[in-house]
Amino acid sequence: MPELPGVFTEETVTPSGGRRMTLNMGPQHPSTHGVLRLLLELDGETVVRAEPDIGYLHTGIEKEFEVKTYQQAVTLTDRIDYLAPLSNNLCYCLAAEKLLGLEIPPMAQWMRVMLTELTRLNSHLVWLGTHAIDIGAMSVFLYCFREREDILRIFEAFSGQRMMTSYFRIGGLALEPPRGWQARVKKFIDAFPANVDEYEDLLTNNRIWMGRTKGVGKISIEDMLDLGVTGPMIRAAGIPWDARKDEPYSSYDQFQFNVPTRLENDVYARYLVRVEEMRESAKIVKQALDGMPSGAWQADAPHVVLPQREKMKTQMEALIYHFKIVTEGFRVPAGEVYQVIESPRGELGYYMVSDGTSKPYRVHVHGPSFGNLQAVPEMVEGRLLADTIASIGSMDFVLGDTDR
Amino acid sequence: MANPIEEVLGTAASIAKGMGVTLREMLSPTVTENYPDEPPKFEERFRGVHVLQRDENGMEKCVACFLCAAACPANCIYIEAAENTELVRISGGERYAKVYNIDYNRCIFCGYCVEACPTDAITHGHGFEVASYNTATLIKRKEDMLAPIPPGAHAPVIVPQQPAGH
Ligand code: SF4
Ligand code: SF4
Repeated sequence: MPELPGVFTEETVTPSGGRRMTLNMGPQHPSTHGVLRLLLELDGETVVRAEPDIGYLHTGIEKEFEVKTYQQAVTLTDRIDYLAPLSNNLCYCLAAEKLLGLEIPPMAQWMRVMLTELTRLNSHLVWLGTHAIDIGAMSVFLYCFREREDILRIFEAFSGQRMMTSYFRIGGLALEPPRGWQARVKKFIDAFPANVDEYEDLLTNNRIWMGRTKGVGKISIEDMLDLGVTGPMIRAAGIPWDARKDEPYSSYDQFQFNVPTRLENDVYARYLVRVEEMRESAKIVKQALDGMPSGAWQADAPHVVLPQREKMKTQMEALIYHFKIVTEGFRVPAGEVYQVIESPRGELGYYMVSDGTSKPYRVHVHGPSFGNLQAVPEMVEGRLLADTIASIGSMDFVLGDTDR
Repeated sequence: MANPIEEVLGTAASIAKGMGVTLREMLSPTVTENYPDEPPKFEERFRGVHVLQRDENGMEKCVACFLCAAACPANCIYIEAAENTELVRISGGERYAKVYNIDYNRCIFCGYCVEACPTDAITHGHGFEVASYNTATLIKRKEDMLAPIPPGAHAPVIVPQQPAGH
C-alpha cells in the first residue's frame, strides 16, 4: 500500500518479527495542555516514527488583522499566545511604531519591559507546573499557579483583564498605571526568589525528576538551527541567542541581566535554563521598579494616540481628533517591517505590510512555538514512549501560537 | 554509576527536602478563593459586563454618537438613535439611543467602547456571570444594562411615541 503523507500504515511487521502499532497521542480537549496530535509508530515501547499534526487550533487570526484598524488589531495579538499576551502586544506595537516612526517615552518603554518580564514569569510558571505534572510531580503545579495568580492580579490591576490584557497600544500604554502599582509589584517580586527556591527544592535534586529528564530529548544543534528552534531550547544547547541582548528593543539595553545557557542540551538543561531565566527576569523587574522614569506614558502624537480624557472633554480640537481616530483609525505610511522580540518561548516576530491605509495589508506572525514543535521527530524517534512526554513538555509550545 | 550507598542517601535527602516544602506549605495560610460560596475579588479596573450610566438627574448619558460601535473590534454593539423631543427626553444631549444592544456572544471585554465613549456613558461593571445555555439570552438590551435612577432624581418622562407622520 502506498504510504500517504502524514498517515501511517495500520500495522507492519518489524524485522525482529514483532508488530508495529500506530498510536494517536491527542488531540485532547482544548482546555488541556494543548490540542496537539502526535502520530506515533511504536515498536514495543520504542517510538519508530513521530509526526506532529498541527492545525486543530487554527483561528484565522492573521487574516483577521486585515479587516481591523491598527489599534483594534491589538486585541487579536492577545489571543495568539495566550500565555504571553503582553509579549505579543509589545511585538505588534513595536512593528507598527516602527512604520509610523513614533518615539515612545521612556516611562512607557520601561513599563513595557517590566510587564513583559512579568509575562515571562507567568509563562514559565505555567510551563514548569504543567511540565512537572506531565512527569508526575503534582505539588509543583499548585505552587506555580499560586504565584501565577499574583501576576495575573497585577495584570488585572493594570489593564482590567487577567489574560487578554491589550495593555500596550500603538503609541504607549492603554491606561495610566494604576494607583499603588509600585507596592503591588514590589511585594510580589521581593517574595518571588524564595518561591523559585521552593520549586528547586522540589525538583532540582529529585532523583525521579532527574531520571526522567537527564539525557532525554537530545537533538543536534545543526538540526535545531535548521528547524528554526529558538528560545530556552537553544540556550540549553549552549547558544546564547536572546533578542533582548542581541537586538535590543524597548530600552532593554539599559538593564543588566544575564542570558543563562547550559551545554547538556536535554530536558533537564532546559528546565535549569528556564528556572535561571525566572531569576533573571525577577532582577529585571526589580531594576525597572527601582529606576522607573517619570513622565508621559503615551507618545506625543495627536494623530495616533487618543487625547487624554480631560482634554477631550474640554477642548474642541481634542474632541475632533478623538472622533477621527475612533471612527477611522490612523493611516500608517506604506512599507513593510519585521520586528523581533524575545518571547518566553523564543524568538517572536511580526512581519507587517502597510499599504498606507488605516488597516494592515498583511500581518504575519512568526511564532516561536511553531519552530520549536518541528523538533519533535528528531527528539523522540528511536527513544522510549515515556520520554516523548518529557521531550514535548520541554519545548513549551502553545498551540495558539503554532496554528494562529 | 555512583556508589549505591551514596545514591540511597542522596535520594532520601532529596525526598526529605521535598517533603519539607510540602509540610511548610501545609501550615501556611490558604490563598484559594471560595467562589461561589464567597464573592470573588476584583481589581478596580476589571472589565466585566457593561453598565450604561445615567447623570445626576437620572437622564441617560448616552447620546447615540455611535463611537463605541465604531471602536468595537468585535462589532457587537447595535444602536438605533432617536431625537429627544419636548415630550420625550431620555438623555442629556440632542439624541438618545432608542435601542442599544450588546451581543455578549461576540463581546471580548476589551474596553475599547469605554475608551471611545465621549460622555462616559458606557462603563465596565464587575458582573461576569453571563454564561448561558441559550445564546439568544446573551444579547443584552439597554434596559438590562442601564444603571438605576439615582435616588432623589426625577425619572425621565417617558411618553409613548406617536407614529411617524402624525
Ligand atoms: S468590550 Fe470590546 S468587544 Fe465588548 S462591546 Fe466593548 S468594544 Fe466591543
Ligand atoms: S455609549 Fe457613548 S460612545 Fe456609545 S453611542 Fe452612547 S455616547 Fe456614543
